[in-house]
Amino acid sequence: MARRTFSIGGVHPNDAKISRDCKIETLPTPPTVYIAVAQHIGAPAKPVVAVGDKVKAGQVIAEPGGFMSAYIHSSVSGTVKSIGPRKDLSGNNQMVVEIAVEGDEWMEGIDRTDTLITEIPQDPKAIIEKIKLGGVVGLGGATFPTHVKLSPPPGKKCEMLIINGCECEPYLTSDFRTLLEKGEQVVIGTAIIKKALGVDKATIAIEDNKPEAIEHITKVVAEMKAKSPDYAGIEVLSLMKKYPEGGEKQLIDAVMHRQVKSGGLPIDVGAVVDNVCTALAVYEAVQKNKPLVDNSVTVTGECFPHQANLLVRVGTPLSYIIDYLGGVPADAAKVISGGPMMGKAIANLDAATLKGTGGILFLTEKQTRRMPESSCIRCGKCADACPMGLEPFLLNRLYKAGNTEALEANAVQDCIMCGCCLYSCPAGIPLLDAISQARGQVMGIMKARAAAAKAAAEAAKAQ
Amino acid sequence: MDKILVSPNPHLHSKTTTAVLMRDVVIALLPAVLVSVFFYGWKELLVLAVSVLSCVLIEYLITRYCLKKASTIGDWSAIVTGILLALNLPTTTPWWVVFLGALVAIGVAKMTFGGLGQNVFNPALVGRVFLLISFPTYMTHWEIPQGFFGVDAVSGATPLGAIKEGLLQGATVPDLMAQHGYSYSQMLFANIGGSAGEVCAIAILLGFGYLLIRKVIKPWITLSILGTVALVSCIFWMADPAQFTDPLFNLLTGGLLLGSCFMATDYVTSPMSTKGGIVYGIGIGFITLMIRYFGSYPEGMSFAILIMNSTVPLLNNWFHQKKYGRA
Amino acid sequence: MTTTIIWTIAIISGLGLLLALTLYLVAQRFKVEEDPRIELVEKAMPGANCGGCGFAGCHAFADSAVKAPNLDNHFCPVGGNETMKKVAEILGYEIKEKAPMVAVVRCNGTCSNRPKINDYDGSLSCKVKASLYAGDTGCAFGCLGCGDCVAACQFGALSMDPETGLPVVDESKCTACGACVKTCPKAIIELRKKGPRGMREYVSCVNKDKGPAAKKACAAACIGCGICAKTCTHGAIVLENNVAYIDPDKCKLCRECEAMCPTGAIHGVNFPKPLDKDAVKARIQERQKKAREAAAAAAAAAKVAAAPVPAEGNNEIKKEENNG
Repeated sequence: MARRTFSIGGVHPNDAKISRDCKIETLPTPPTVYIAVAQHIGAPAKPVVAVGDKVKAGQVIAEPGGFMSAYIHSSVSGTVKSIGPRKDLSGNNQMVVEIAVEGDEWMEGIDRTDTLITEIPQDPKAIIEKIKLGGVVGLGGATFPTHVKLSPPPGKKCEMLIINGCECEPYLTSDFRTLLEKGEQVVIGTAIIKKALGVDKATIAIEDNKPEAIEHITKVVAEMKAKSPDYAGIEVLSLMKKYPEGGEKQLIDAVMHRQVKSGGLPIDVGAVVDNVCTALAVYEAVQKNKPLVDNSVTVTGECFPHQANLLVRVGTPLSYIIDYLGGVPADAAKVISGGPMMGKAIANLDAATLKGTGGILFLTEKQTRRMPESSCIRCGKCADACPMGLEPFLLNRLYKAGNTEALEANAVQDCIMCGCCLYSCPAGIPLLDAISQARGQVMGIMKARAAAAKAAAEAAKAQ
Repeated sequence: MDKILVSPNPHLHSKTTTAVLMRDVVIALLPAVLVSVFFYGWKELLVLAVSVLSCVLIEYLITRYCLKKASTIGDWSAIVTGILLALNLPTTTPWWVVFLGALVAIGVAKMTFGGLGQNVFNPALVGRVFLLISFPTYMTHWEIPQGFFGVDAVSGATPLGAIKEGLLQGATVPDLMAQHGYSYSQMLFANIGGSAGEVCAIAILLGFGYLLIRKVIKPWITLSILGTVALVSCIFWMADPAQFTDPLFNLLTGGLLLGSCFMATDYVTSPMSTKGGIVYGIGIGFITLMIRYFGSYPEGMSFAILIMNSTVPLLNNWFHQKKYGRA
Repeated sequence: MTTTIIWTIAIISGLGLLLALTLYLVAQRFKVEEDPRIELVEKAMPGANCGGCGFAGCHAFADSAVKAPNLDNHFCPVGGNETMKKVAEILGYEIKEKAPMVAVVRCNGTCSNRPKINDYDGSLSCKVKASLYAGDTGCAFGCLGCGDCVAACQFGALSMDPETGLPVVDESKCTACGACVKTCPKAIIELRKKGPRGMREYVSCVNKDKGPAAKKACAAACIGCGICAKTCTHGAIVLENNVAYIDPDKCKLCRECEAMCPTGAIHGVNFPKPLDKDAVKARIQERQKKAREAAAAAAAAAKVAAAPVPAEGNNEIKKEENNG
């Protein structure tokens, strides 16, 4: 039987899941944490503590700065030492709350036991409120505030909830380990999200290079279905191992055989996509009253001798994590936050983790140094690889010529920045570098145009 | 650890480079090269050597001394052009004619347009057509294969040439076929006159299979050409078998197989999209047959490909790949 | 044979004449009526079509100038005052002379001053580098060295110096069109007045970090100490966001700020004599000493004037002493 997957493009890097057997261990708390106030899509959160305040783990330290924003909680107990700028992993300043750790006291009401609570609340509004108060954001990397995602605008109805267990980035295995070790919690979280959306169908999609996870979750789902009707409609789906199978748009294509229109949102085709770690965070927030203060991080790379999956408190300095595992290897040339295809290269190792940090990857010079650029041979491999069906060779040329109209006509704004084009180019042309600049330019133009049109419409109405 | 590396994503790259792709093409051409040397002898080896060396030398000299930048011969594309040019020429071509062909192929068709990736026309074919028009006697002096150590050259017409001449003199196709004793197994496995690239269809098809397995090319353009030739020649042959050769004959003779597997599928000069490639192939197949049946040249593949090369920018404009989310 | 030649010549010539006539008639029939002054003004322009004036090329400038009531918003940086005089003559407008400007690169972050702390492996474009991260040195504000400005300059006035890693402006070629200013993602390049005989003074740094951080990243950074602002007797220097800025309209080119700057962040160019820092420092100290003494004297005088009046007796004795 043909393996199910998305219909356009994709590449097949070696999945390098060398850390797949590393159980998730809890990393000891560092002496100081630095929690950023802007670690989600939307407005930065506003601090509600002052220097000198004593805080407990799970206490709110920043409130949402707008509709599209999220709560931020302290991941440790201690004293607030400062609130000010600190360099992030790119060397740019970001606002952080510095907390000196004292003990490990948690706020009352937070259940830190391992007891599984399978009965879920029945009121969608109450669920969404708890998710919001728990500061839960999308842990697939985009950090979209989950409570906003679960409140579709009026007129849009969710037909299918997709839980993304693909983990299509090479090297990363924290989602895989979460499925194996906290599978029940993930399934309960799925049912909670399903209830919040009021949708009948949910699919947990897992890539077929994780057969143990598929087997385990299928078993758990069957068990849960027997216990309560809240779990009816949850299915497990095995998808082909291909990058970027876990991309939101590609998942919707593979699972529902529908495609989101350019500029649209998944809810337009009736889909809501959430990562398995987000489902876990939802479980913890709703069933255990535990806000999002920690996340599992894979630390890996062939040159790294001590592979691990660690449960890390938000705000832990990256250098602390790396030193705990033995330090940066001598032959490591690049350290990446996230996976090798869409992750960010770290310039400053003292930066602290965010809610969305999911991986620390060490690559050697040979693995990662870019090949010298030569001329385009018009082979078309970039266009074959692009999962959005774009033509990177053309977009690159149009960007160099400054032709923003043609760039917009050729859909550069649809680019999901997956990196398949640069990965496949035999001439080593830095396609994605140019396309991301072009995308920024065109999106700016489209925004300005929309704003001008809105202003004109309002002026016309006023007359 | 030296200074940490920082770059935008992605941080990995596939193992495929331009040199790797071109090397695969050279490997795919090896069966055809070996068979032609086996049948035509050491003189063929000479033609191949002169062609490849001239192409590489000319590209090196132009990039280093005229353009004053790093030489690009490391990407193996000059070697591919050299081999394809040699496979299109008669074994008796003098070495200086081969050199001129290489000069035009690399110097005019490739480098004046801007080097690899910028040329509109297939360089090997431009070289060949230049020689065909400038040195018609050398270029139409075909040899019958004598084996590797054959000394006496025995000249003879290619099957297409023989048929064309015979038709002009009033004979019919079936008579000519019987007269010359052409059989399909002969054409498939070589041993008939023609350019080195025309012999041994099996060798060419083996190479084509290798390219498909290695994912260097996709089959659409080739299948489109062969399909069009088969279909259109079938129609003409069924209408008048005395005047028009049958589909199998057309598929196996001349430069059709070499052209459709290796020349028409050249990255730089072929369309980027699948639909564009199919239209391109239909055009090539059709024009080839028209020249073969009604034109004054017995062989039309080179001209057909060059003509369709000129339409490729338009085809690229008209046919794009299917975008996500747009019907 | 000759008849063939004659016929050929006749036909070709006839064709040529016919086509020429057709072209002429078509050109006349479809002529676009335009104010003839536009063409005259356009002829007076340098013809670079660089966009430095803010219009889409020299023709667009000419078009706008002819249709405008005055030349207030029209200035061609490439042609400068000469061209504007010609344009003013053609149109009969008044024109004010503008001071010639030049592009100035405000960064001292040479390879020796500002060590690299990581190895950038992306495309060689300042825009890409700037949107990726804070740069490959400790200074997040300084020149990224990929040469977007060099590529943007249509007049070949910019080039990268391989030793310093910074762009260099060739004053003789720079037309102050502003293309490099728009391109630089760090806003390092500024258009400043060329100055009398080309002499100008400027702070060659835009680092907004606090002093210690700036100094750590670059040996010649502006640390925002404010010594220059305090020294300047013309009120030309303003300190904002930990970085100093010299106002070219107020600067009198005395070079005192340059002498006093502890990191060497302030540059003076095209001065005939090299700056003798010690002499200038001595002069400044003299002046400041005199100022302090004068201030002290004034303070003492003020104190005396405000002091309580002494007893009458003392005065009389003094008067008698004086008289006697």
